[in-house]
Amino acid sequence: MSLWQFFLTIFKISSITFGGGYTIVPVVRDAFVDQYELLDEEEMLDLTALGQTVPGPIAVSVALLVGYRLKGRRGALSGLLAAILPPFIIISILYFFYEAFASNVWVRAGLRGMSGAISAIMINAVYRLAKVSLRKHRLFSALLMIATFIISFFTSINKALIVFTLGLVGYLMFTFVPEDKIP
Amino acid sequence: MILWQLFVAFLYIGTFSYGGGYAILPLIEEVMVTNLGWLTFQEMTDILSLSQVTPGPIAINAATFIGMRVGGVPGAMIATTASVLPQSIALMILGHFLFQDRPILFMERALHGLRPGVTGLVASATLSVCLASLFFTLSPLVIDPFALVAFVTVFVLQHSKKLSIFKLVAIGASLGIVGEAVERLLIS
Repeated sequence: MSLWQFFLTIFKISSITFGGGYTIVPVVRDAFVDQYELLDEEEMLDLTALGQTVPGPIAVSVALLVGYRLKGRRGALSGLLAAILPPFIIISILYFFYEAFASNVWVRAGLRGMSGAISAIMINAVYRLAKVSLRKHRLFSALLMIATFIISFFTSINKALIVFTLGLVGYLMFTFVPEDKIP
Repeated sequence: MILWQLFVAFLYIGTFSYGGGYAILPLIEEVMVTNLGWLTFQEMTDILSLSQVTPGPIAINAATFIGMRVGGVPGAMIATTASVLPQSIALMILGHFLFQDRPILFMERALHGLRPGVTGLVASATLSVCLASLFFTLSPLVIDPFALVAFVTVFVLQHSKKLSIFKLVAIGASLGIVGEAVERLLIS
């Protein structure tokens, strides 16, 4: 994949992922793990986790890190630009007539269909990510996964704090307990 | 002068907006509405609804919108750049150490906790997106038929054919528009 192709892929993804947050992760995963086979599932999870350790939107972090991993510093900059250009261009234009746009029936109908499609894609991605995270140390991983899901869905605790705690739990567990003793 | 102020304000917001998504709103309210008075509370809510119908993170949308209002296109560029600058610098440093060939031991250990946890986070976001897109309201449960048809179609297509994500999303959008057309035909 050339630098330009990489830029275009992220640019397209950034143009179709609404809502921000983790929405972009399954879509990036689908493109780079399934379609182009440039990253494996585990690397994808690692890059996502790392993206959460810095401030700012996760979509921008993931695009930059995938770029860095595949193409070095120039890749990182292309990923960054490709992630922020679509929303930048669209908001700059819409700034002038956004009320008419947001209330247009046909636009809304298209967006409703789009969000249904994205939902199906995300469910598929979660299933595959879960399969990979549960490959080793099944009980330990399952407990962390379920606990994180419940805390994240039902409370408004800061995600950065959740991620920091997860890293700490992993570090402490694998430092003080021998690896073959962890279920 | 005002562009410099804009730059500093978004540098501040970009540095402290941990957690993504709506986590940025209290910061924007503090800086833009309360301290600088560049935005009314109503306009902040407008940015939020605009973010829901346009792609991209709320943080970028907000920076571009406020930048446009305060300083036109140069303002939008400065605000957007400033808001991702702290993040980009931090990631470039992180990437420099990370993507060398030898693995970092403490990072390897931390990742044992992070991998399953991040899956849990993505699952939680997925459930939120599904609930928000498939239902008009949650109590009582009112299904959005267009979104549901697109959901089921894409779910099935994904398992039978290997279509790219762009095609799948385009199919979803077309189904929504066709649904709207059919609904109008039936009513008239």
